[in-house]
Amino acid sequence: MTSAALRSRAWKLLEMVTTPLLPSDYLDLVSPLREGADLRGRIEAVHPETGDAATVVIRPGRGWRGHTAGQYVRIGVDVDGVRLWRAYSLTSPTHRRDGRFTITVKAIPDGKVSNHLVRRAKPGTLIQLDQPTGDFVLSQAKPAKVFYLTAGSGITPVMGMLRDTELDDVVMVHCAPRPQDVIFRDELHDLVADGKLRLIEVHTDTDGVLDIARLDELVPDWAERETWACGPAGLLDAAEEHWTGHGVLERLHTERFRPGIVVAGDGGEVTFSVSGKTVAADGATPLLDIGEEAGVLMPSGCRMGICFGCVTPLKAGAVRDLRTGGITEAEPGVLIQTCVSAAAGPCDIER
Amino acid sequence: MTAIDPTAHLTSEQIEELGRELDAIRDEVIAGRGERDAAYIRKVIAAQRKLELVSRGVLLFSLFPPAWLLGTAGLSVAKIMDNMEIGHNILHGQWDWMRDPKIHSTTWEWDHVSPSEQWKHSHNELHHTYTNVIGKDNDLGYGIMRVDEDQKWHPFHLGQPLWNFLNACFFEYGIAAYDLELGKNLSKRRRKNPEFRARAKAVGRKIRKQVLKDYVIHPLLSGPSFLPTLAATFTANLVRNVWTHSVIMCGHFPEGVQVFERRSIVGETRGQWYLRQMMGSANISGSKAMHFMTGNLSHQIEHHLFPDLPSNRYAEVAVKVRALFAKYELEYVTGPLPKQVFSAWHKVFRLALPNKETEVRAPDRERELVAA
Repeated sequence: MTSAALRSRAWKLLEMVTTPLLPSDYLDLVSPLREGADLRGRIEAVHPETGDAATVVIRPGRGWRGHTAGQYVRIGVDVDGVRLWRAYSLTSPTHRRDGRFTITVKAIPDGKVSNHLVRRAKPGTLIQLDQPTGDFVLSQAKPAKVFYLTAGSGITPVMGMLRDTELDDVVMVHCAPRPQDVIFRDELHDLVADGKLRLIEVHTDTDGVLDIARLDELVPDWAERETWACGPAGLLDAAEEHWTGHGVLERLHTERFRPGIVVAGDGGEVTFSVSGKTVAADGATPLLDIGEEAGVLMPSGCRMGICFGCVTPLKAGAVRDLRTGGITEAEPGVLIQTCVSAAAGPCDIER
Repeated sequence: MTAIDPTAHLTSEQIEELGRELDAIRDEVIAGRGERDAAYIRKVIAAQRKLELVSRGVLLFSLFPPAWLLGTAGLSVAKIMDNMEIGHNILHGQWDWMRDPKIHSTTWEWDHVSPSEQWKHSHNELHHTYTNVIGKDNDLGYGIMRVDEDQKWHPFHLGQPLWNFLNACFFEYGIAAYDLELGKNLSKRRRKNPEFRARAKAVGRKIRKQVLKDYVIHPLLSGPSFLPTLAATFTANLVRNVWTHSVIMCGHFPEGVQVFERRSIVGETRGQWYLRQMMGSANISGSKAMHFMTGNLSHQIEHHLFPDLPSNRYAEVAVKVRALFAKYELEYVTGPLPKQVFSAWHKVFRLALPNKETEVRAPDRERELVAA
């Protein structure tokens, strides 16, 4: 018998010992970051960067496969007891010796996770991790001339690149409301002083929002440069239009942080994605009834919110709890009770 | 059963107002759920796992009587924690709001021979929706006992003190059979129903795993302590079964708890539903440790009003609920464990015999007022 087969047998035996739990349920008590565990990380430090941004130093579990500069990682953080998942760009270089990585988080107004990480997260806290991902990365062959176009926290993936890979000719245009809002400002200016970077700061409080047409004046050779742009949708839309207009769109790489924000309303189109049905729903009829009327096979139970026999994944959109009026937005892993939830705008129910 | 409807003095407006006041209590807890509650359940789960691990470790040396005693006691408590404060409450969805897939009603499996999925259906759905409705809520005597005068007497009931005792000893198996609706499904035709066969198979699988673990693997691991370990696990299961059975009997069987007729719940309003839960459940009074070991089912009334609120909140909710009972002049059935257990057993014995002829019976018209 091969050693792999032996090991799998031994594991099966261990499962018999721990049933109905799994051996990992016990191992997690002592070694949550071990090889083979669900991927987690431990927050080791939180360093303030600006008034509303901080860098979080994370020691990942043994299963961490490492990242490429420019990628992001999804993390699951418990905020007020509720696990919420968000994606953040990695800001540490790939060759960090101590095995830790960093993300840099800007607190956005009403952002549950970002405010928690910037202002309340404590060293020692365990968080959930996914493997890093994303194709906002430098090409294999180093480009001769590079342009980084960023705004706000859009600087974070680019900082990961700057720290990771030294390039010969780099120009950066970065937009932030005021000088003190520029994340990594000292480090950027050090790079400038060392002649490794040409930096143009646009302070939108005084200069106004960057007019993309000004690029000709700020970076005259922008069209020849391989460009990585990251920031709010407005900036990226303008950039894509501009690059397309000049026929050089293939040189532009963009990264969009926040997908469309859900606006909770009253009723909407409900898609039952497994059965492939879409029907209109009002804001007062339980989704269970909507589904059943549309002929979708819906699990059900007490039909009054107490038995949890109807819980179903909410893939997209938002629903309203008919008892409390509370809104639940779709996030990975979010399940809703269809018997007491109504559509609060278009939504996708996995049935 | 009382001859007089204890809710007859309430107008339907009052009942709806009562419902709104209970909704307000619920909303307040939901709005206040947070980090402290999440830390609580995580701490309890970790403590249970450590206790089970240590107890099973000690039992490896159960050839020595002190180790046997210590290990058996620890394992009994661990199994009770698993079933009561942890399993029962997680399977109610009380902790689903944390969005932790490991502590979730859809993924949790417990140290019990009835698979979670089946238990959730018979308990969460049937029992909690149709609480104490004769013919709808099988928890009323689990289909083997008569626990209310309104249930029809049959000579079979003469043996019910014995059935109840056996059910207490092997409670988890009783529950598994109950979740399968075994009595109803054993008829020749129903036995072949593929849906029933699949469920029976799942129970068989679960029993095999549980028995293998408790009565084969762990004793084998104990080597020379094989037999003492086997006896220890058997004892721990027995202790857990008798304890959970006692606690659960106290929830709906003591004197003073009302039952309802099938037709009384037709068109039931939210207020009426709440009122039925209030009148159909009974509490156990006692210390914090007592409440913990019952999985807070000592706050059965509060649990039945709000089955999905986190169990650690029932104690604070109970104060407000009890005030509402007083305000609406309703009887809050509660008492210390021995008194409630005695009351429930007394009923089991009393109703083993047919009703006394002389008893004054409430006319049906009045009974309907319960949910009118």
